[in-house]
Order: sequence, then C-alpha cells, then structure tokens
Amino acid sequence: MNELPGDLLYTNDHEWLRRESDGSVTVGITEHAAAALGDLVYVELPDVGQDLETGGEMAVVESVKAASDVYAPIAGSIAAVNDDLANDPEKINADPYGDGWIVRMTLSDGLDESELMTPDAYQQMLDELDD
Amino acid sequence: MGAQTPHYDKHVEAGARIVDFGGWDMPLHYGSQKEEHFAVRQNAGVFDVSHMTIVDLTGERARDFLQFLVANDVAKLKDYGKALYTCMLNADGGVIDDLIVYYISDTDYRIVVNAATREKDLAWIREHAGAFDIEVVERSELAMLAVQGPNARELAAPCIDAEYREAALALKPFYGMEAGEWFVARTGYTGEDGWEIVMPAADAHSAWDRLLAAGVSPAGLGARDTLRLEAAMNLYGSDMDETVSPLEAGLAWTIAWEPAERDFIGRSAIEALRNSPDRQRFVGLLLEDKGVLRNHQKVVVDGVGEGVITSGGFSPTIGRSIALARVPAGDYDRAQVEVRGKLLDVRIVKTPFVRNGQIRIDV
Repeated sequence: MNELPGDLLYTNDHEWLRRESDGSVTVGITEHAAAALGDLVYVELPDVGQDLETGGEMAVVESVKAASDVYAPIAGSIAAVNDDLANDPEKINADPYGDGWIVRMTLSDGLDESELMTPDAYQQMLDELDD
Repeated sequence: MGAQTPHYDKHVEAGARIVDFGGWDMPLHYGSQKEEHFAVRQNAGVFDVSHMTIVDLTGERARDFLQFLVANDVAKLKDYGKALYTCMLNADGGVIDDLIVYYISDTDYRIVVNAATREKDLAWIREHAGAFDIEVVERSELAMLAVQGPNARELAAPCIDAEYREAALALKPFYGMEAGEWFVARTGYTGEDGWEIVMPAADAHSAWDRLLAAGVSPAGLGARDTLRLEAAMNLYGSDMDETVSPLEAGLAWTIAWEPAERDFIGRSAIEALRNSPDRQRFVGLLLEDKGVLRNHQKVVVDGVGEGVITSGGFSPTIGRSIALARVPAGDYDRAQVEVRGKLLDVRIVKTPFVRNGQIRIDV
C-alpha cells in the first residue's frame, strides 16, 4: 500500500475528502477500500443536485466480487460527479485519490473536521485492521 | 485459521489474498481477478483445487452401486479413464451434490465431489455402500491442480513424468489416466481446454513452481467463479441444492432415463416433473443496461411470474453482466431484474456465454 496523501481527511468507511479552494469537497474511496473490493466493474453515481444527509447512500461501487455502498461522509448536495467512471470504473483501482474521485459536494454546513480522521489517525486504523 | 492445502505456502509466496472457503484457507486472487480470468482465456492459469474431495470406490459391485447412487448412468463408461458428470440426488429428487466419476474398471471408480459438501457426501455414500459391499476410501492425502487455458496442456506437459507425457497429451476431452503416482484428466471448470492433475502432496510445491516457471499464471477462486459463470457451469449451493430438482437447474442432460428399469435414488421423485408444463426454466441472462446482476436478485417476467438469479456477476470477456437464473415456465425471451429497487432489462440467451475464448452469444 502506498503512503496516504497528507492533504486529505478520512472516514471510518474508508472514504477520503479533499477541501477544494471554492469551499466544496471532493470525495472518493481509499486505496485500502479499492483493494479490498478488487477490480471495479461498475459505479452507480448520484444525480447532480441531489441533497444528502451524512451517511446517506451516495453511490454504489461494484467489483467482480461484490457491490458496496458509498455513503455521504457529510451533509451537502452533489455539485459534480466523475462521469469518466461510467466507462472506466477501474480508475478507482488505478488512481483512487486522483482520477478515481467519485463526487464533489457543496456542504450544507461547514466541515466539522473533528468528525473525520487525519492521515495519521486513518493510518493507525488501517494498521489495527492488519493485526 | 482454516485447513490448508499442500499448496498453501505457494499462494502466500505468490501474494494471494487468502479467504475462508468452506473451512479452507484459499486464494481469492493474487492481485487482479480480471487479469487471472484473461490469463486463463488467452494463455494458461493454474488453480489449487486440492480442497476438493477425491474418493475411490472399489468392489465387485461398484458399477451397480454407482448406477443406484447417481442420476447419470455409469454404464456409459466403457473406456479406461472416461469421465462422467452427474448429480447425486436424495429421495425427494433434490441435489445432494454434483460430481465427476472416472472409470478405471468395472470394479474401480474414482469420484471427485465438492469441498463444502464433503461430510454429508461421504456419510451418504457410506450409508449406501454397505449394501453393495463397496470399499470407500477418501484420498485426502492427495493434492490437485487445475491447469486451464488454450496453452495449458502444452505448458504443463513438461511437469508430467516423461514416460506418460505423450499419452497424457493424447487424452481426449473428458478422459483421464494414471501417470505413475499422478492422475491426469482432460477436464475442468472454466470452458477452456486443460488438465486437472491429482498428485501426492509431496509433489505439490515442485509442480506449482514448474508451472509458474513455464509461464502459467496462478489463478484464484474469484477468477474460477467468473470463468465458470461465463461457461455456464453450475455451482453447487448457488444454482442447485437439496431443495432443487436437477430438471430445474439446467441439468436434465445429466440424467439418464434409459434403461427405464434402472432405479437410481431420486428417480421416482423427479419423474413427475419430467414432462410437466410447469417445470421452471433455467436460463442465461444478459443485462442490457449498465450494472451488475447478483445472486438472489428477483427476475420479473411481465405477465408470467417471477424467478431468481442463482449466479450473477460481471463477465470480463463480454464486458457486461451475465447471470444464470431459474424462471417460470413459458415462451419468452426478455425479462427484467430488480436491482436496488429498479427494474433493469435482461435478454434470455442460450448458454454458454463464452467457450474456448470465444463469446458465444449475440451481444
């Protein structure tokens, strides 16, 4: 596994968030999550403009093996979705923190970082999973 | 930690993701399930199938016993090494397991049954073997590798003892032979050419190493499942079980009705369904929309009724989702499948989906 990007925040559900300069956040799943799912073959994306509560069903990622829900890590509305994933879902395996991003959200409220994990905290969680 | 096959260390060495499979620690994949799938379709892959249960049946009445025990007729087996795919039914006509029977002689047969059903299968076989005075010997000391793909036999041949190599390469499909302490059969579960090779556990590591050195890719249970689904080969526990008739699981071709006087276990129970107009169909589905069909999803046939997907997944070769499904009787070629509350269009297609590297359906 590669080193975690230091500029992202992470969740218990193995998602990542990046704060963009316009105040929106980009969301994806971590390399750990992508590896656990295996080769992705289909991604079901939400509609742009859809409003989601924290924990709401946001997307579904399907690998050859199984389908897995992706939950909204924070409340907000969908500002953009990564349409490239429709034809090339394996971008999530190949580049989970870059070309494999899933959605960009406009937040309903601010970003409460205390609800999310720093790279160090997430790394510690991964290390404990390995034990 | 579960049971480990003689190849276990080799899986770890090859970077396998190990999962529990019926109490066994088995490789799911070695990095990419899709790459392993394509290796088998285009070149050659090797699967550890040592967890499967090999049983040797010996006795003067071995043929009579198998003619009673299984639904296909072992009297079809007249040549040394010939294999037969069949089901073992319970008295209600449900499927206890599917298996391969190899004919050694009229008094000597080898069968290979599933790993997950080992205990109940052995108990069932032993329960009926007594009346026929059959010796039932489980060969758990043996290892087994399946080498599959268009180049599998050529790449694996150097592993076979030189004395038997030519004969092994000359094996016709669905025949096996003893090769010293090994047993080589031209059988498999992928829809490709290849061999299944039984060997003493002591040979497991060296055989694995030689296959990989020859350019054969290690392939895990994940690829094994997508390959067999494309080949429309049934998986016990998903496509059929003790509550399902083989006639409603696409296995009618494995039932020998003739001679009519042969009374195999389950015969009278399935006889009633044989010509019934209500008999459910077992079909292949191709998803016309994007998405992935999965086991247990509901199949809706407008104006006819409902069925269920017994094996669904993504076909790497076709690039679309495919499935096997049990659906209501009737003449129709389109249906819908309920996926997360939405109805997606599927087309009923003639299986197999893929055979010998070629897509066999209209996409």
